[in-house]
Amino acid sequence: MELAFIIEKFALVILIFVVTLVIAMYSTLAERKVAGFMQDRYGPDRAGPFGMLQPLCDGGKFFFKEEIIPAGAHKALFILGPTIAIITACISSAVIPWGRDLTIAGRVVPLQVADINVGILYVFGVVALGVYGIMLGGWASNNKFSLMGAVRAASQSISYEIAMGLSIIAMLMVTQTLSLREIVEQQAGFNWNIWVQPLGFLIFCTCAFAECNRVPFDLPECETELIGGYHTEYSSMKLGLYMFSEYINMFVSSAVMVTLYFGGYNFPFIDSLGLSPNLLAILGMVIFFLKIFAFIFFFMWIRWTLPRFRYDQLMNLGWKMLIPLSIANIVLTGVITIVKDTFF
Amino acid sequence: MSVFYFVAFLSIFFALMTIFTKNAVHSVLYLVITFFTFTIHYILLNAQFLAVVNFIVYMGAIMVLFLFVLMLLNLNKDTEPLKSNLIKIIGVIAGLCLVVTIAGSLKLLETSNPVVLKDPGIGLVSNLGKVLFSEFLLPFEISSILLLTAMVGAVLLAKNETKKI
Repeated sequence: MELAFIIEKFALVILIFVVTLVIAMYSTLAERKVAGFMQDRYGPDRAGPFGMLQPLCDGGKFFFKEEIIPAGAHKALFILGPTIAIITACISSAVIPWGRDLTIAGRVVPLQVADINVGILYVFGVVALGVYGIMLGGWASNNKFSLMGAVRAASQSISYEIAMGLSIIAMLMVTQTLSLREIVEQQAGFNWNIWVQPLGFLIFCTCAFAECNRVPFDLPECETELIGGYHTEYSSMKLGLYMFSEYINMFVSSAVMVTLYFGGYNFPFIDSLGLSPNLLAILGMVIFFLKIFAFIFFFMWIRWTLPRFRYDQLMNLGWKMLIPLSIANIVLTGVITIVKDTFF
Repeated sequence: MSVFYFVAFLSIFFALMTIFTKNAVHSVLYLVITFFTFTIHYILLNAQFLAVVNFIVYMGAIMVLFLFVLMLLNLNKDTEPLKSNLIKIIGVIAGLCLVVTIAGSLKLLETSNPVVLKDPGIGLVSNLGKVLFSEFLLPFEISSILLLTAMVGAVLLAKNETKKI
């Protein structure tokens, strides 16, 4: 383990953290701007030009608000809840390949923190862990509504994880590898996995919405039934961290969806442009982020278009629709693979 | 090696905490941490697939369900069932039997030589899959049937209950 390697990875981790946090910050503004656009009104436009300073004002407000820990709450777990939520949200981006290798002063620098050969399962595991933040926070608040939110979050995430895992299995049958770097390399040019796995993508996308607790799956914080859901008792930056972790999760799940199904940093005619490899790596990264932003916009679009599900509808969709559909997708993928191998 | 001893210490420490804490939710959380240390053990053994599956299935799903059930139960001091002395004595005897069995089996145990690992890459996904679907195909299929049976049984139990109401 040489020093240059450690410095390189450390710099990359810091850079990704900063980029993630900035994107999450401006997602809050973008969300309100998109809402304004959809509802034919201006979004926030007072703080700075086009309201660009609004996220900073909100952040400052969160920090300076009074912090209240309810008397009946379990103090340690009450603090642990938002901590777990934000940590799991931040570490899940560790295996995402952000671009091709850069060559700086004769040294090849991969734009990926860790290329482990179970990459996609790592993301899956960390996402599964994220629900502890919501559950512990809801339970520790010692409030019936919070507990209801926590219980809803737990059952929702368990139900949709199954369908998500099954849709990934069908994808892995096509890619034959679990490493995200290799999956992206296979999609060079325009050979995106969305063309071979359209049904799988639909299932994965729906489950990603459910895992992020986004509308129409935001029942853990359904304000018409549960006041604020799991974060009813939270105030100040602890509430801010919960909201922030939601936006970071949205960013990371967009990145995962782009990596798995939309070619990651690949774009058509990437190799016929005749540019230097370093320039192509940076261009690929820009394209990757543009794709991610398109997905974040999609998340927001859905939020301001669809109403929330009822809880029984949510469970029916998860267990009676998505799981059988994803199993059918696996069978279909297997049949097509065999037919392709034997006849073509 | 020092990493192993440190992680092993953590596993045993948190396993003991799981047993000795009074609060049921704390107990589950300590168990989650114990499973996390197991994940580290698997990574140290270069069994990446097992590590990540342990992470997803045990920490991410099973323990979430444990926590889910415990949160809905009202575990107060007054509702705690009182156990008679007879049950306590039986418990002590059963525990001692377990200790004797473990001690006996530990005596027969030989420490394997960690340097001469037969196949260091066995824990990687593709190798593991090939071994499971060729050499150990029958045990693999039988265990999957076992799991299916348990699942059908669980569904059946849940169905009967709703009929009574």
